[in-house]
Amino acid sequence: MRALRFALLIVAVLLASACRQDMHDAPRYEPLEYSVFFDDHRAARPAVENTVSRSAFGESPLLLQARRDGRFVKVFPFEIDEAVIRRGQERYNIYCSPCHARTGLGDGMIVRRGYPQPPSFHDQRLKEAAPGYFFHVITNGFGVMPSYAAQVPLRDRWAITAYIRALQLSRSTQVSSLDSSEKSKIGKGDVREPKAGHGGHGNNAGHGESGEASHG
Amino acid sequence: MAQVFKPAANTIAKLAVFGGAFFLALAVWSLNEFNRSQYMTRTKVAREQPVPFSHKHHNAELGIDCRYCHTSVETSAFAGIPPTQTCMNCHSQIWKDSPMLEPVRASFASNRSLEWVRVHDLPDFVYFNHSIHIHKGIGCVSCHGRVDQMNLTWQQSPLQMEWCLNCHRNPAAAVRPREEVFNMAWKAENQEELGARLVKAYNIESRDDCSVCHR
Ligand code: HEC
Ligand code: HEC
Ligand code: HEC
Ligand code: HEC
Ligand code: HEC
Ligand code: HEC
Repeated sequence: MRALRFALLIVAVLLASACRQDMHDAPRYEPLEYSVFFDDHRAARPAVENTVSRSAFGESPLLLQARRDGRFVKVFPFEIDEAVIRRGQERYNIYCSPCHARTGLGDGMIVRRGYPQPPSFHDQRLKEAAPGYFFHVITNGFGVMPSYAAQVPLRDRWAITAYIRALQLSRSTQVSSLDSSEKSKIGKGDVREPKAGHGGHGNNAGHGESGEASHG
Repeated sequence: MAQVFKPAANTIAKLAVFGGAFFLALAVWSLNEFNRSQYMTRTKVAREQPVPFSHKHHNAELGIDCRYCHTSVETSAFAGIPPTQTCMNCHSQIWKDSPMLEPVRASFASNRSLEWVRVHDLPDFVYFNHSIHIHKGIGCVSCHGRVDQMNLTWQQSPLQMEWCLNCHRNPAAAVRPREEVFNMAWKAENQEELGARLVKAYNIESRDDCSVCHR
């Protein structure tokens, strides 16, 4: 009798420990979890068509406008300072450089593997294009280039645009036009070196004429 | 009365006492080791995926940044798994006839999600958040290992509480400059000096109260 009770106790303990899995996988969905309830098995429900993100209303409506009165806007919706351009540089290197290359010449790694080549950002046409145009291309795509709206939030799209402007200017700036304090920075590595490990594939070959300058 | 125990019984008794303790210790130790074993934590086992997606190829060889695909890793708890659209950004144009990419095209055409097999999965009673770790200068590589060298993704770290706590009690050993968080190959020249400096600069606290992770 005692042996039986003992055996039952052991079985009960073993059974109790088997419940552990319930707490490990609680009856709630984690992001993107598989769902048996919905037809398409998505726990993350797709937004209803034509939904506008609330975050779009939080800030100035100017952030959303590529065009005003039918023309691409020529001014940025917020002030551009060095921090914004740095942010733009970082985002450009993540989302645009695979194709457009860090130089903006349009011969990035993916293009070298067979993707259609985009035009260089240093073409006269794109140098003259208004900021609103770049915002428009990032948001809606252009030709074979897909839209980057899902990957790049509004402010970042403008920051990238500002950085492309800086990139374009960097190509046409003559060393002789710099004042002496700026000249002294040449070759001192004021511009951060692109990091090895991602993107160190030759698509970061300096910034044009002032290339030596930016790469110390 | 004849002696029941021979002199050797002394030794046997001693052996039994110490041996018992030894076996008990051995049992506890092996259970512990078993619990931490690769078999239990399922580390370093590459998972079969519907598409043989290679981080080595896309990250190390093509130079695509983690954030191109894992877009929410800096801003939210969840790192994000790229939607099919992200793959099609490139694969609508290149390798568009590759049989390996057939499931990607099928998913895109039918608007049904690709069903990736989860590699990392904490129990639901643990709260984890990527953004704070990225913001405080903990590199992807500290937790996920050299993802950029993996052809099929596997889990590098055990993800056991002990592992979390080891770092939470001594974050200085792992912290790196924020700019290097996504750089898989980066190594500190002098982690001791750098760690101490960055812990101050980033205002990192040692968090090991239960409610940090069990909330
Ligand atoms: C997957 C490769 C790829 C990526 C990544 C990419 N682009 Fe493009 N982009 C292209 C291609 C290809 C074209 C040319 C499209 C055409 O002419 O059909 C192009 C064209 C452009 C144009 C020029 C449009 C014109 O008037 O000629 C702009 C501006 C542009 N891209 C900006 C960007 C920005 C900003 C990013 C980053 C957010 C980006 N692109 C990321 C491939 C890419
Ligand atoms: C081209 C897109 C892409 C890039 C770039 C990319 N990943 Fe991934 N990642 C994926 C996809 C798709 C999966 C899901 C399939 C898998 O697990 O291999 C994934 C899965 C993962 C997982 C496992 C997720 C799980 O299921 O637990 C980790 C960790 C990870 N990636 C880390 C990284 C890191 C770190 C980088 C940068 C070095 C990176 N990824 C760059 C697309 C990408
Ligand atoms: C930025 C561009 C880009 C993105 C985004 C991208 N890939 Fe690729 N992928 C490539 C390139 C380029 C190659 C071929 C490289 C070469 O020439 O060796 C490739 C190759 C592959 C291959 C090998 C094909 C074969 O037949 O050998 C697979 C599988 C693959 N990608 C899956 C994916 C998946 C899944 C995603 C989405 C999570 C993805 N890729 C996103 C650029 C990309
Ligand atoms: C402090 C450790 C740590 C760091 C640093 C870290 N991860 Fe993770 N990662 C985890 C853990 C733990 C999980 C499992 C989360 C879960 O199961 O809820 C995970 C899960 C993931 C996943 C699967 C999706 C998800 O969020 O559950 C991806 C993708 C991923 N990590 C990518 C990255 C990338 C990219 C980086 C670098 C920017 C990174 N991780 C940095 C610990 C870390
Ligand atoms: C390599 C180091 C490292 C590892 C491994 C690590 N963490 Fe952290 N974690 C940190 C640092 C550093 C912080 C920031 C602490 C601070 O200053 O508040 C942090 C913060 C956190 C926070 C936020 C605390 C808050 O203030 O809200 C949570 C939650 C957390 N970690 C959970 C985890 C879990 C769960 C694991 C294991 C799966 C883990 N961490 C593994 C380094 C790490
Ligand atoms: C840094 C994050 C972190 C902190 C702080 C933390 N835990 Fe945990 N805890 C975890 C993780 C991660 C697991 C899951 C381990 C696993 O899956 O093997 C866990 C698991 C557990 C479990 C085991 C549950 C089971 O069934 O396996 C218990 C009990 C527990 N924690 C209690 C505590 C207590 C008590 C404290 C405070 C002294 C604490 N934890 C603090 C991260 C943490």
